[in-house]
Amino acid sequence: MEHIVIIGNGISGVTAARHIRKNSNNKITIVSAESKYFFSRTALMYVYMGHMKFEHTQPYENWFWEKNNILLKQGFVSNILPHKKQLEFRNGEILSFDKLIIATGSKPNKFGWPGQDLDGVMGMYHKQDLEKLEKYAPDNKACNSAVIVGGGLIGIELAEMLRSRKIPVTFLVRENSFWNGVLPAQESEMINNHIKEHHIDLRLNTNLKEIKSDENGRVKSVIIEETGEEIFCNVVGLTAGVTPNIDFLKESGIELGRGVKVNRFLETNIKDIYAIGDCAEQHKAIGQRRNIEAVWYTGRMMGETLAQTICGNKTEYKPGHWFNSAKFLDIEYQTYGWVFSEIGKKENETYFQWQHPKEQKCITISFDKNTNQFLGINTFGIRMRHDIFNKWLTENQTIEHVLEHLADANFDPEFYKLYESEIVEKFNKENNTSIQTKKKSWKRIFSKA
Amino acid sequence: MKVIKQSGLIIFLLGLTIFVGTIFTGSFNLNQSDLDTFIKEKNYKSTVIKSNLEKAIVTSEDLNIFQFSKRVIKAYESSNLYYDNLIQKYNKEKKWKEKGKQYQYKIGGKPHSLSFILAKKAGKGWAAENTTLMWFLTFGLGIIGALLFIVPDVVLLGKPGIKNDGIFLDAATNRGWIGWFAFVFLVTFYILLYFYPDLIVNWVFLVDPISASISGNPASQWFLYGFLYCTVMTVMAVRMYIKYRDNKYQILRTTSVLFFQIVFAFLIPEILVRFEKPWYDFKNAFPLDYDFFFRWNLDELLSSGGFGLFILVWGVVLTVVVVPVMVYFFGKRWYCSWVCGCGGLAETLGDPYRQLSSKTLLSWKFERIIIHSVLIFVLVMTGFALYTFFSGANQVIGIKTQTIQDIYGFLIGSIFAGVIGTGFYPIFGNRVWCRFGCPLAAYLGFIQRFKSKFRITTNGGQCISCGNCSTYCEQGIDVRAYAQKGENIVRSSCVGCGVCSAVCPRGVLKLENGPEDGRINPTEILLGNDVDLMNFVNQKQ
Ligand SMILES: Cc1cc2nc3c(=O)[nH]c(=O)nc-3n(C[C@H](O)[C@H](O)[C@H](O)COP(=O)(O)OP(=O)(O)OC[C@H]3O[C@@H](n4cnc5c(N)ncnc54)[C@H](O)[C@@H]3O)c2cc1C
Ligand code: SF4
Ligand code: SF4
Repeated sequence: MEHIVIIGNGISGVTAARHIRKNSNNKITIVSAESKYFFSRTALMYVYMGHMKFEHTQPYENWFWEKNNILLKQGFVSNILPHKKQLEFRNGEILSFDKLIIATGSKPNKFGWPGQDLDGVMGMYHKQDLEKLEKYAPDNKACNSAVIVGGGLIGIELAEMLRSRKIPVTFLVRENSFWNGVLPAQESEMINNHIKEHHIDLRLNTNLKEIKSDENGRVKSVIIEETGEEIFCNVVGLTAGVTPNIDFLKESGIELGRGVKVNRFLETNIKDIYAIGDCAEQHKAIGQRRNIEAVWYTGRMMGETLAQTICGNKTEYKPGHWFNSAKFLDIEYQTYGWVFSEIGKKENETYFQWQHPKEQKCITISFDKNTNQFLGINTFGIRMRHDIFNKWLTENQTIEHVLEHLADANFDPEFYKLYESEIVEKFNKENNTSIQTKKKSWKRIFSKA
Repeated sequence: MKVIKQSGLIIFLLGLTIFVGTIFTGSFNLNQSDLDTFIKEKNYKSTVIKSNLEKAIVTSEDLNIFQFSKRVIKAYESSNLYYDNLIQKYNKEKKWKEKGKQYQYKIGGKPHSLSFILAKKAGKGWAAENTTLMWFLTFGLGIIGALLFIVPDVVLLGKPGIKNDGIFLDAATNRGWIGWFAFVFLVTFYILLYFYPDLIVNWVFLVDPISASISGNPASQWFLYGFLYCTVMTVMAVRMYIKYRDNKYQILRTTSVLFFQIVFAFLIPEILVRFEKPWYDFKNAFPLDYDFFFRWNLDELLSSGGFGLFILVWGVVLTVVVVPVMVYFFGKRWYCSWVCGCGGLAETLGDPYRQLSSKTLLSWKFERIIIHSVLIFVLVMTGFALYTFFSGANQVIGIKTQTIQDIYGFLIGSIFAGVIGTGFYPIFGNRVWCRFGCPLAAYLGFIQRFKSKFRITTNGGQCISCGNCSTYCEQGIDVRAYAQKGENIVRSSCVGCGVCSAVCPRGVLKLENGPEDGRINPTEILLGNDVDLMNFVNQKQ
């Protein structure tokens, strides 16, 4: 029996622990500084918005850990001593391990802005950030204006959170359109409009210069780089992306880049030490994926994979086809395969796009203009079936095939209006084709690639 | 808009206050001739009841309903006491024959129901005499106020979408003082309705004209309940339409339950009565309709000619054929969330409380024990009832059928389904009855779990374990526990309300009816991983 120690009780660490427990009787200890019990970081916003209580963000009841014989230890790891196989805690405690999994996640980026550590300035990552927000922005009387810096997924969530308590929000976005490094223009523009509809003061092409303090060391205003404008506010949210949370490893001898460097088996340069989740950095990119992927399901998959290796079934980390989802205020977004924005897309990639004339629904399908191979799809306001797209991607289907069978892929609730025929009609018109949509078929849905 | 909303609230509260206040108004005294007819109708043998009642309530005093009720009950009690004393006396004197004679003079029935009948005849005052005005000041103001409170949400809630902001920050929806207040109010209401109908006779006066126009009869407390039920559902359905206006499933479902409640549970039965047919709700399936096989009901149906026979056959076919076949194709949701009245109230009045149902494993355990016990109870009771009906014997193995029926009616029919089932909405979440008590739900659940095309499909690996689905599942199903494993949700208790799917921010859940093969998909490792790994794990299983 080995002692497996996992630093970090986020999705990746917890998944690894659960699967190691399923497949072995090793002693398992999960260490975390943030909270005793695993909670879902993705749900923090809903706690502030009053959709849930914090306890609802915990996927397992508190008895789960003891019942499954997974030890939980609270404390901040300040150093790792690989040759002694020991962890050192900030309070001086020592913990020995046979195998160590680093799953310490991310922390919000701070780019050295003057004033970035003032009271009232915060990221939106940890449970403690939520508590801070509750303290500095409990309502629109205590906080009559907030500024958010950085237009990504967390930034828009923070804006939505603050708006749920009717706090005026100014949203500074460096790009000339929201998230247009990732989204095609059609979609990015739709989101720009949607943000404004929610009475969020969206400032594109805008950088933060500095954050100013009042006499008590609390944020008073921000200054805009481009115009020098001063915006008065009580809270500043820094949401300009995240970086791996690995400062405590600097002295450890573990090879670091931006994150903890790992190979395809999620092994670091030191035997019996592994890294997974947001903090792991692949030596070489897998397919078109980034070396560091800060998303929920990749953390989960790395946990699942590593558990196999640790339990004696050495397994390479092979994430399948890329997919993801998010929600921009009221608009749901799903993506399967690769759709790059105009800025990032390659020469052979081209789009087919459709947008609803009135409602906020649209799709972009990316395909190879030489072979017509389907490369990926973005959908906004329409839900799609993961299984089906995964299969089509594996089978290297063409865009014609995808459009013909689009009804199989729809995942909207029953009785929703379907748009397959409008979509295909537009494609036919643009490409002089005569694709006919097929009726939904359960047989095809259940057939395997 | 906010001003309209607030004035709506004030108007509603005013209506509610007047409604509650109405109980205490009016004066009650019976005139001699009404009493005479009453006694004649009732055919009492007691020689003292008449003079007792005369002394008590044929008076020029202005009694309020509480005094009136007390006096009536005392009159009955003292009549019964009189004969009890005689019985004891003859018992001591060993005059068995005399003793035996006395029993016929005793008067049965629930005292508060008798008092209700008399109060209905004896009432004067605002509610009984200025009915239209008072209806407007209570029901009218309540409806207008509630609508003024609800309708501005079209604007105030902003664009269509999920509108759950602040639910856990609000005293009304997070077991705060308003929630507890609503709890006390609802529980009190049900206790009065079931056990002290005479005390709310003034409310019944308010709906007399409506009852007369539908069935031709004056209203009973059950008519009042039916009318109130439909009113509350309609008003709260408006709220549903606004809250879920982005979701067509919710809109159709709400329309459907509303339709079945108003037409099938309320109008048709009353109209049947007008044509001197038995009161019957065609959608109310046994064993939810627990007294369907009681002797009195079977007798009534059999004596109502062809139509009664039709109802009898329909009732049996509904439970034995229609219900299971429909559950096979659509899941139990076709009944619980599209047709049933209890479900209808839970999905309209109860919707603001859906997040309060407990998701713990422990409550799931309790749920299974309790609901299946009720199912067994109702089946045993029905066995007794049928035995009694066919054999004529009124007891089986020494247990009186009537006693069992009374216990069920009291414990399950009234306390569980009413007082707890609805009264506890603001504390335990809506659907307390549907989840823990309803024997029909237990029966449908078996079929749904083991032989049905219905499932909630989980969308591959998209779940981010946020927990919105579990939080808003009124049936306390930990939906996330399945979704985050990529497993479809196939649970007997799911009523298919579709709200988990609606609130999921990642489009992970879809209620659908599909082939039975592949309905349950145990996947240890989620989609998204490379195929080899999935094959490996699946082979190992
Ligand atoms: C607001 C928000 C919304 C998000 N929404 C989505 C989404 O919709 N979809 C999606 O795919 N992804 C989303 N993400 C990203 C996703 O949450 C992360 O990718 C995921 O949580 C990473 O999991 P992890 O296990 O790698 O690390 P984490 O969840 O960050 O867990 C790491 C844990 O380790 C602890 N720790 C770190 N260092 C130490 C130390 N030295 N000693 C002790 N403990 C330590 C940390 O305190 C933390 O508890 C979101 C993130 C945020 C912040
Ligand atoms: S699982 Fe979903 S559909 Fe079923 S009862 Fe719960 S919320 Fe409703
Ligand atoms: S609401 Fe959706 S994403 Fe959130 S836990 Fe449920 S299924 Fe998963």
